[in-house]
Amino acid sequence: MTTPAIDSTDADGTADTAGPAGVGMPPEAPEALRPHAEDAFAEELKALAAADDRPRPARWRLSPWAVATYLLGGTLPDGTVITPKYVGPRRIVEVAVTTLATDRALLLLGVPGTAKTWVSEHLAAAVSGDSTLLVQGTAGTPEEAIRYGWNYAQLLAHGPSREALVPSPVMRAMAEGMTARVEELTRIPADVQDTLITILSEKTLPIPELGQECQAVSGFNLIATANDRDRGVNDLSSALRRRFNTVVLPLPATPEDEVDIVSRRVEQLGRSLDLPGGAEAVDEIRRVVTVFRELRSGVTEDGRTKLKSPSGTLSTAEAISVVTGGLALASHFGDGVLRPGDVAAGILGAVVRDPAADRVIWQEYLETVVRERDGWKDFYRACREVTA
Amino acid sequence: MTTAADVAAVAPEAPAGTAARPAGPPGAPSSPPRGPWLLGVRHHGPGSARAVREALDAARPRAVLIEGPPEGDALLPLAADPGMRPPVALLAHVRDDPGRASFWPLAEFSPEWVAIRWALAHDAAVRFIDLPAAHSLAAREEPEESGQDGHGAVPGVEFDDRPEEDGGGSAALRVDPLAVLADAAGYDDPERWWEDVVEHRAAGESDAFAPFQAVADAMAALREEYGDAGHRHDLVREAHMRLQLRAANKEFGDDVAVVCGAWHVPALAGRPPALTADRALLKGLPKVKAELTWVPWTHRRLARRSGYGAGIDSPGWYGHLFDAADKPVVRWMTKAAGLLRDEDRPVSSAHVIEAVRLAEALAVMRGRPLAGLTETTDAIRAVMCEGSDVPLSLVHDRLVVGDVLGEVPEGAPAVPLQRDLTRQQRTLRLTAEAAVRELDLDLRKDTDAARSRLLHRLRLLGVGWGEPAVSRGSTGTFREGWRLRWEPELSVKVAEAGIWGTTVLAAATAKAQSQAVSAKALADITALAERCLLAELPDALPVVMRCLADRAALDSDVGHLAQALPALARTLRYGDVRGTGTAALTDVAAGLAERICVGLPPACTGLDAEGAAEMRGHLDAVHTVTALLDRPAGERGGDSSAALRARWAHVLGKLAGRDSVAGVIRGRAVRLLLDDGRLDEEETARLMGLALSPGNPPADAAAWVEGFAGGASGSGMLLIHDQRLLGLVDAWLTEVAPDAFTDVLPLLRRTFSAYEAGVRRTLGELVRRGPAGPAGGGPRAGTEAAAPGFGPALDPARADAVLPILHLLLGIDQEDAPTEATTP
Repeated sequence: MTTPAIDSTDADGTADTAGPAGVGMPPEAPEALRPHAEDAFAEELKALAAADDRPRPARWRLSPWAVATYLLGGTLPDGTVITPKYVGPRRIVEVAVTTLATDRALLLLGVPGTAKTWVSEHLAAAVSGDSTLLVQGTAGTPEEAIRYGWNYAQLLAHGPSREALVPSPVMRAMAEGMTARVEELTRIPADVQDTLITILSEKTLPIPELGQECQAVSGFNLIATANDRDRGVNDLSSALRRRFNTVVLPLPATPEDEVDIVSRRVEQLGRSLDLPGGAEAVDEIRRVVTVFRELRSGVTEDGRTKLKSPSGTLSTAEAISVVTGGLALASHFGDGVLRPGDVAAGILGAVVRDPAADRVIWQEYLETVVRERDGWKDFYRACREVTA
Repeated sequence: MTTAADVAAVAPEAPAGTAARPAGPPGAPSSPPRGPWLLGVRHHGPGSARAVREALDAARPRAVLIEGPPEGDALLPLAADPGMRPPVALLAHVRDDPGRASFWPLAEFSPEWVAIRWALAHDAAVRFIDLPAAHSLAAREEPEESGQDGHGAVPGVEFDDRPEEDGGGSAALRVDPLAVLADAAGYDDPERWWEDVVEHRAAGESDAFAPFQAVADAMAALREEYGDAGHRHDLVREAHMRLQLRAANKEFGDDVAVVCGAWHVPALAGRPPALTADRALLKGLPKVKAELTWVPWTHRRLARRSGYGAGIDSPGWYGHLFDAADKPVVRWMTKAAGLLRDEDRPVSSAHVIEAVRLAEALAVMRGRPLAGLTETTDAIRAVMCEGSDVPLSLVHDRLVVGDVLGEVPEGAPAVPLQRDLTRQQRTLRLTAEAAVRELDLDLRKDTDAARSRLLHRLRLLGVGWGEPAVSRGSTGTFREGWRLRWEPELSVKVAEAGIWGTTVLAAATAKAQSQAVSAKALADITALAERCLLAELPDALPVVMRCLADRAALDSDVGHLAQALPALARTLRYGDVRGTGTAALTDVAAGLAERICVGLPPACTGLDAEGAAEMRGHLDAVHTVTALLDRPAGERGGDSSAALRARWAHVLGKLAGRDSVAGVIRGRAVRLLLDDGRLDEEETARLMGLALSPGNPPADAAAWVEGFAGGASGSGMLLIHDQRLLGLVDAWLTEVAPDAFTDVLPLLRRTFSAYEAGVRRTLGELVRRGPAGPAGGGPRAGTEAAAPGFGPALDPARADAVLPILHLLLGIDQEDAPTEATTP
């Protein structure tokens, strides 16, 4: 859930003021609806490679420093402007890039909407020039997707051989010394996840059927992304976990960033759903974002009051769906104007995941924070109504 | 001979240092430049400390001059005392006003400390050469504030301290020389630049004096550019340093080493200005009587954010850099791993290896010579803490800052806290006697109130001179009884408490704040709040209240909240008596009550008998408090207080009607509502009938009865007066099955045996006379059937006779008095 829209070209490259959403506009796209990072930013990568005189790890297209510059943006000595791809703390990118240069794999953690996938794609593009060696993790991801499969026609016709073997993206990355990517690692069943242990620690992939193995060439590494707050995921075994260095991508740093992200996404969604409104809903969006941020961080925006945090993730993505739902309610059953009553039920649903504990937390929040706040009377009433 | 041991303690690395420079001074390859040796340092810089030690070993000066108040010279020998353990601070204070004080904190890794210990171990003379504290204390404009963060003379990171020192005003004029140098080198953080260039320099460099020469050159260039950089006070200090240096030169020749902030080196080097010019600068400075002593210090206080601000935020890390013989990063990671393991986090050696690798790779990528604190922290977070900041904060707290507490030998002069106490004892005419003395204070009198405050403050500081005792005369809240007894060890306690501040008030405030922050349980903080009000520490109260509100917000155990509330309400009452502002307290208490209202109903379900009994106690306590809370709030905003009471009643109603709630709680809730007049008798009878209906398990019904009628004194009267309720209980009891009866018997016995004898007897007689209840039927039936010795109904004539007295008591005019005043 990235929001690649802000077209800011920060000249000085110290792009840690805005929120950590992935940004950057691909230049003139070719046929593909969405070109790969290495194609969209080919010019920048080329300029960086030309200007980069620092030592590069084996099979890296760029030095770690240049990779960090590629992600964070900056201006090269020859005047080429590198657009920031990720707006967020510099430290995070530096740790991520450095990790790829060691022999530990990189695990990007974060709630939805923190540009994990976006960062991983650009890291792979900058390090290996190829972001397509990708395994999408789902509950149904089989072992073959991580190790190798078989071309059964070949297998039946000629018996087991290297020709009959269909390598997975991870295996190809090992063979060629590239960066592989695993998306949503925690969605993959635990037994399949553990296939990665040998790959990451021994840097080899045995093929017992052939009595062979595929050894990783130097330059191979792996970037995984995972959602750290969702329930019902398969937690990593500690054996696997310790093969990763973990970098947590933070949520948007300021309310303005988040309001911005939410209203932009709501507008996009609203257009595709033919919902009216948008601009005048900003106040309500701000309120939803405020509620989400406060409950998520466990402290009010003014920093005066501490709160308990509910068990739900309360991510930016959920704020977006609350507002969209509210808009739909307002346009189909109301007068088209987003009002507190339209979002109240949605917020309740997002906050109260555990009916016992979360309800108490929500009520406490209502009574101790919302009730006292100026201009929130309608909202308080609407929430009381749906909560009771 | 303690010196030999001390040498080893001070210079664990001495062999390594001397190995790099074989055979000592005469045979040194590049013979050290002639003295005086000016060793410009960064205060609290471990690299500087190490360099100073090497330089001193190489130069072997006969005298060591150190930036610090010359009055401290007499105290210097104590530094060699085995009982002295850094971090300690040299404390200077005005003799008659301990509140005006300056601290010169010294950690083990402070270059000044290293120089002092070196000189004491090598029989070299050691002296402080800064401006006397008598002058610097007198020059103080805002004694209270700057007393805490130390003057310019305080060996903090000198340049960093400056902007904070003056607050607003000419801040823009003040140039930060280190920032200029760092900026020129392309660093955004001057501290990191200093670390990279000076602190992290490789050990065993060929020339022990080279770094000092380089720093001196850089500073000279800076001072040419910026002059005194707006630190006008420095000129005076430097004039004094020059005079002292001149005196030392006369005495020891050129065999003199000076350890001072790098900034001052250019002022001491080269041809000094005319003697008369320096003397003129020092003439006519204001002066006070200053006294100095050593006080124990802590790492936490060395850290910048604690307000004492010696100016480094990672004393633990610096200490580690200084102590670690080699491989500082590896050793650091191992320490961190050990700490995390102790907290039950799985951290293996593989983690340590990877963390070290990552930190070193990060340093390379960031172009730093060695992994610094930033890199190691990033690596620990990514590798050992799985990206989480929670365990990382532990590492920061325990390792980066650290818990080291210094010690001061017994021979050190008394701390100013003791003087302040003596002074107060004199003004309040309270003598410290070993004999027990009872003291009865009337808080309405100023002296007595001040005495009470002093005793409460001392108690907070752990100086148990007075113990609260029951007041003899009256039980009024303005009375306070104390039992005083001064024991010799209390003097030690006072000395220990000296680290908290220089006056009793300041120390108690600081201690209360620190206790509030570290308190674990909610009830501890409420108790603390109570003590803060008693001791009248207005500055501590906001912090305590903040902690209280935070802890209450995060505590999900309603029991804890309910425990905390009564103490808070009590505090409110005391606050009223002493006229302290309690608005913040009221808000917190109201917030607490609010949370209890929300959290109580779910917390009352599914309790066992024991839990239910405990919860019932909470219910009573909170109920009393809601009534108490109403009053002060009612004066300011009747709206919110009424709302709170209504909400509480609503909660009780909810509890009373919910089947999953334990019987004893339901019964209690009904009773509380009835007593408050929020439930009429009709409804009460209905609820009781419901609870006692045959469908309910007898044990549950008995618990209900216990909740309703048991406990507090006077509860039995209700059954005497409302015979319909008694009838219900009676009818239920007679219908309990024989085998179940033995089960409920203990409960019932507990309920009824708590009644006063008279009540019990009357009840017994009522029951013997037979049920008047359901059979009698109809409203008010119970009042018709009279108890023995009573008439069948009210005697209007006799009742009316009471009215005038009642009116008199209540202060109501006879005309508009309500007529039904006598009904119960």
